[in-house]
Amino acid sequence: MLVQFYNVSKIYPNGVKALDDISLKIDRGEFLFLMGPSGAGKSTLIKMLFREEKPTRGQIFIASRSVVRMKRSEIPSLRRSMGIVFQDFKLLESKTVSENVAFAMEVVGARNHEIKNRVPEVINMVGLKGKEDAFPGQLSGGEQQRVGIARAIANQPLILIADEPTGNLDIDTSNEIMDLLYSINRKGTTIIMATHAREIVKAAHKRVIMLEKGRIITDDSSGDYAL
Amino acid sequence: MRMRNIIYFIKEAMKSLRRNTLLTFATISTASICILILGIAVLITMNASQFMNKLESDVEIIAYMEKDTSGTQIASIKDSIKNIAGVKEVKFVSCEEALENLQESLGKDKYDLKETLEKNPLPDSYQIKTVNPHDVPEIAKRIELLANVKAVTYGKGIVERLFEVTKWVRLVSIFLIGLLAFGAIFLIATTIRLAIYARRKEIYLMKLIGATDGFIRWPFFIEGIILGSFGAAISIVVLALGYQSLIVRMDSLFFLPLITGQDALLVLYISLLITGMFLGVLGTLISINRFLDV
Repeated sequence: MLVQFYNVSKIYPNGVKALDDISLKIDRGEFLFLMGPSGAGKSTLIKMLFREEKPTRGQIFIASRSVVRMKRSEIPSLRRSMGIVFQDFKLLESKTVSENVAFAMEVVGARNHEIKNRVPEVINMVGLKGKEDAFPGQLSGGEQQRVGIARAIANQPLILIADEPTGNLDIDTSNEIMDLLYSINRKGTTIIMATHAREIVKAAHKRVIMLEKGRIITDDSSGDYAL
Repeated sequence: MRMRNIIYFIKEAMKSLRRNTLLTFATISTASICILILGIAVLITMNASQFMNKLESDVEIIAYMEKDTSGTQIASIKDSIKNIAGVKEVKFVSCEEALENLQESLGKDKYDLKETLEKNPLPDSYQIKTVNPHDVPEIAKRIELLANVKAVTYGKGIVERLFEVTKWVRLVSIFLIGLLAFGAIFLIATTIRLAIYARRKEIYLMKLIGATDGFIRWPFFIEGIILGSFGAAISIVVLALGYQSLIVRMDSLFFLPLITGQDALLVLYISLLITGMFLGVLGTLISINRFLDV
């Protein structure tokens, strides 16, 4: 098991109960959708994976390591095993496509020749060959998200976490981004994706977890959940 | 720390300085103004302190001998005075010298004191300087008790008031310098915080990608050092030029003794440069940690 949640609850200091007794397991190589209305706890659950938030109660293991008991100094190594894709892309506007991807490798201390080899490889993989020297402002939304995905997979993560990656994109572009994510998943990367896009989930036939008011209301491995 | 990391940190720091031109300019000006004011305060204090030292060291005791004291007695009094702890220098002034001094201070040509007075009414005396001017009243009391000493003067009352004034001038100037340094730290910390705030998204991203705190901090530290020392360098140049021209002008105008020793000034300038670097690092330290808490 790659990810294990045991009776995880999260109550924020302002009293809001974001997660209520969540238990779940995610296998290596899975593609998992997290669904639910806004405020259902999707973001909180995702933030716990890379320990931006700590649970109030319960245990979380990722690759057999307890994320809850982890020391502050161990957090960077946890995060290096993950890639994160954001709804608003979070690209650095002052850096080119290549530099944005290289940035992810530089900050984890990769060697120069590794960066030189890997950056064109991932840019090619996400279909942005020829745009290496463009700045984010010169790209379409779909292209920007491809840069975001390239950056997330540059360090060859075990898990790719995507928080509403198609939230800012139109349907056609969303489908292209999904195809890219499926192909990354087929190469062995586990993907956890939070989304509101029912059409995408319906068409995917992958495991879906529905959250409501901080609880799991359905966990369907076939994706044929009742809408 | 690995070499390629150091190069990376310096490159990142330089890039960030160039990219945020306005903030770089703001921080350097803040730092240089703070350090300039600090430097001026220290210079004033140094000069005031030198002036006060001079005033204090001018304080001396005059012990007048009884009129009929013999030569050997006078010599033995000198030994007794020298034996008092804290006495630095004992100078004999004969009654003839004293009269000449008086004549000189009244104006040489107007009167002839010797002629007018016929007999010299002035006693022999000793001028006594102490190691520490603050001991003057105590030592004066002990000299007064010696045999054949008729009277002792040291500007009683005035001396005590002078010491009271110099004590307070020193205390207030140290307090002011401390206050200025404190203000400088917070001004610089605030400007550096603005620079960090402008890059908070980048820092957040670095944290989520898995950068260590140290890796994120180092470029900012280097930035802080560069900003602080650059600001200090500017203020030192301004201070040095300004003070030099002050020395040249004051020299011909006033009796006020300015510190002109190049060694003392060099120490001051180097200290200000180190202060600048220190302020830069401290400012970064105060500002950055809360952005790392992701």
